Amino acid sequence: MSDLLTIPAPHEPWKVSDPLFTAQQLITHLGTPLLAALITVLSPVSGYSGFFVVWLPLHVITAGLLGKYGHRKKDFANTTLEVLMGAALVVFGTFVASVMWPVVSNGIAGFHFSLLTQDASATEVDAPLNVGGMGHAILGSLIIVGAATAISVPIGVLAALYVTEVRGKLTPFVRFFVQAMSGVPSIVAGLFVYAALVVSGLLQFSGLAGAIALSILMLPTVARTAEEILRLVPDDLRTAALALGGTQWRVVRMVVLPAARSGLITAAILGIARVAGETAPLLLTAFGNTAFNANPVSDSMSALPLYVFSQMLLGGENDVARAWVACLVLLVIVGVLFTTARVVASKMKKA
Amino acid sequence: MAVTFGWPPSRLPSVHSGFGWTKPLLRIPDTPSAHHFPVTTIESPATQAPTPRNIPVVRRVSDRVFRGILIAGGLAAFIILSGIFGYLAKSATPVLKAFGFEFFTGSVWYSGDGLLASEGSVDPAQFGLLPMLWGSLLIAFVAVAIALPLAVGVALAVTYMIPKKLALPLTIFIDLVAAIPSIVFGLWGFYVLMPHGALWAQWLNTNLSWVPFFQVEFPAFEQSPFMAGIVLAIMITPIIAAVAREIFAAVPRDLITGAQALGASRWTLIRDVVLPFGRGGIIGGAMLGLGRALGETIAVFFVLQLFTEGTNWFHILESSGGSVASLIVSRFGEAQPLELSALFGAGLALFLITLLANAGATAIVAASTRKRK
Amino acid sequence: MSLDIETAAALKQTVRIVPPSDGVAALEAKNINVWFGNHHVLSDVNLRFPTNSVTALIGPSGCGKSTFIRTLNRMHELLPGAKLAGEVLVDGEDIYGPKQDPVNVRLHVGMVFQKPNPFPSMSIGENVLAGLKLAKRKVENKEEILEDALTKAGLWNEVKDRLKVSAGALSGGQQQRLCIARSLVLHPSVLLMDEPCSALDPGSTARIEETIRELSHNMTIVIVTHNMQQALRVSDYTAFFLSTDGKPGQVVEAGETVQLFHEPKDKRTDDYVHGRFG
Repeated sequence: MSDLLTIPAPHEPWKVSDPLFTAQQLITHLGTPLLAALITVLSPVSGYSGFFVVWLPLHVITAGLLGKYGHRKKDFANTTLEVLMGAALVVFGTFVASVMWPVVSNGIAGFHFSLLTQDASATEVDAPLNVGGMGHAILGSLIIVGAATAISVPIGVLAALYVTEVRGKLTPFVRFFVQAMSGVPSIVAGLFVYAALVVSGLLQFSGLAGAIALSILMLPTVARTAEEILRLVPDDLRTAALALGGTQWRVVRMVVLPAARSGLITAAILGIARVAGETAPLLLTAFGNTAFNANPVSDSMSALPLYVFSQMLLGGENDVARAWVACLVLLVIVGVLFTTARVVASKMKKA
Repeated sequence: MAVTFGWPPSRLPSVHSGFGWTKPLLRIPDTPSAHHFPVTTIESPATQAPTPRNIPVVRRVSDRVFRGILIAGGLAAFIILSGIFGYLAKSATPVLKAFGFEFFTGSVWYSGDGLLASEGSVDPAQFGLLPMLWGSLLIAFVAVAIALPLAVGVALAVTYMIPKKLALPLTIFIDLVAAIPSIVFGLWGFYVLMPHGALWAQWLNTNLSWVPFFQVEFPAFEQSPFMAGIVLAIMITPIIAAVAREIFAAVPRDLITGAQALGASRWTLIRDVVLPFGRGGIIGGAMLGLGRALGETIAVFFVLQLFTEGTNWFHILESSGGSVASLIVSRFGEAQPLELSALFGAGLALFLITLLANAGATAIVAASTRKRK
Repeated sequence: MSLDIETAAALKQTVRIVPPSDGVAALEAKNINVWFGNHHVLSDVNLRFPTNSVTALIGPSGCGKSTFIRTLNRMHELLPGAKLAGEVLVDGEDIYGPKQDPVNVRLHVGMVFQKPNPFPSMSIGENVLAGLKLAKRKVENKEEILEDALTKAGLWNEVKDRLKVSAGALSGGQQQRLCIARSLVLHPSVLLMDEPCSALDPGSTARIEETIRELSHNMTIVIVTHNMQQALRVSDYTAFFLSTDGKPGQVVEAGETVQLFHEPKDKRTDDYVHGRFG
């Protein structure tokens, strides 16, 4: 009797380890890069670009041959595809790492606390790193990006609300132009604000002009993200609120917007991350400044990307070091903003 | 058939006999009772087909104002785009008047003393945008040529190769790369990439010079369209990858399981199911990347030697090229009124080209999305 | 769970104290035809809903019951492509008339939906009073109203100590009763319920049915239900909707609940109430 009642232990036969196959995988995916590295060191081919040139074909061929003739047969095309997909990841990853690494290492090497607090009005070309800093640029970035957020977030949310709440005949038209606007080159936004506001004398080269230029670039990001978020608000809630005798305005204000609040914050943050590093439009509108200026409507204003730009043009060793530090600060700001936005958004999706 | 009803409720006790509903204990009287409601009457069917009535919607003032504001918000994008077009066109009028269509086809950009010959200039200015326009396109094509395979590979890997747990952080990381400021890429391109890139270019030139693209007229390899293309490629790869990934992720589950049930390997699955399905998304993504690459300014500014007195048609390794955006930044500070107007004209041309690329991309992606539904 | 007819009738007898009708129909639908785009989904519906009665709308899925109930408080027109012919009279006035404000109509004719849909960003108490805020009604005695509505909805004892808690913390049945309480605050004269119990467990269903019986003392209730026994338990009148062969839905038979279930005049009604189709 008891034999019949024995419950079989669960098995996962497709996961059974196969030493021969593991060895083959190891040779393919670890062996070839090592061999390529060896060849790069020993032969005239050199440098990491040389490594890539040797490794990629080697990996493809090894994987293909072992797949065809080795243990557990696989199609040649299949293994090649797998290796190429992996290679795309590795190549892209290598490039990104090579972008990030110098920013981090040079940024940390050149870091002085005074860089964050002082301005550059007294800094001469190639002055030592502890003289002068980017305080004015940080302040300027805060003011400009803050003002751009204040301008673009309300307009962007209104555009999104038009699409999700009014759902009128203009909906495809609105979405098309928001999409089209997301492709406006940043320099064109700068030229436009320069032509419309600065040349016409409405504004000086100033923080506000810069903010308006940035808000043009920010608007489509905010509008599109906000639209996605507002779509996540269940229609049930709108219907329920309307059935309670709410006017559309009160339904949106009391039910839809509160339900989407964290998502709308995400939209704003993504917009900020989009424009915080913009340089070109600010060159034509905020213009840049070496001294602190907290007044957004009078006199030109600096911003972090403008600071990097100007330091790079100065070109002295210490100037470039300062540029790297400013890049690091910029990258940290953008990274923090972006991660916050994603975390807030994913929490909202789970809720 | 129209039915009207309404009765006084009669509370009849009834019996229940096992299954289903049985007859009431007391029969309902056939005659209408003293109450007002008529017993069910079945009227004759309507003779005429009914037509929908016009329902007037009276909105409250608050709602009318609210909707008006939303419409204004919805139209903001259109208004701003028209404003951009209008102001750039207006500001470009002087140069367009002076040079006419030649402004777009002329191949020399020379500021001289900032005046025209007709204005009594001794060193007349001449503004032809062609080298810059062509240069922008050339760089953007190089960038897309590099970025497209990279992005499709990354998107395929994220969707079909990487374990699910790693895929999400990787997606977020790719999006984060798209948010790296362009000035960082400019710095990287100038100080990190260029020393290596020049070597690659030299190698291509020495070993593959039978390919016309890899020939040069003078051996300087540093600030070339090739270099700018690489920088832009890294910048637009995440953009293309994001679009492609979304389309790949949208391949219906049953198509995939169906193919797997027929014994498809990863390769045949991707070749026969995923790529045909995602083709629109890939093309759309590439055009989106093209638009972004055309408009990028600062990163290109540092890694491209502008050559304004002739067009570099295809020598991508050569240290001379054109870029409309880069031209605007580099000339803006010292431009005389006429050149400033020319720069607005350049901006206008750039605006229209990117708008075109972007609209095309949107249309293609939208069409492939529609097909999906 | 299933109550037999006798118990059902007896239950109604005990709960119902006020005579159901003084002859005035609180709500009347005249020649209602409904389209979505060019698709004709409801044809010539004529129904009268006597004051302070409960009327059940039954019928198989897709017969237009839910569409019909949405025409009764102008929720129908919010759907894309919606069209309509006919009149809906509330206290003798056509709610689709040229001067009617849909917002006002909805204040008079409340609605409870199939899925409980409390507002997630509000607490339990705020949810109940949301209607006042949405309708911009200023009141002095908020606590009183809150307690009154929750008591009527049979929820007061369960939530009185946690009114500040988010509504998401409640069970499905409690959420649905919260939604009922929410629509009671505005004192609608008619309450429409679109399958209010379809997502709920039997216990919660029983509570809500009890609530419906109690509410019917002073309001007219129209309830869409798939559950024939529920119709029998709670309603005074029943209308049977049917749509066959892609033709628009229509009312096959309507009448007093007990009679419609016992002695249906139409063969199709007989089949349906005996579970032979649908």
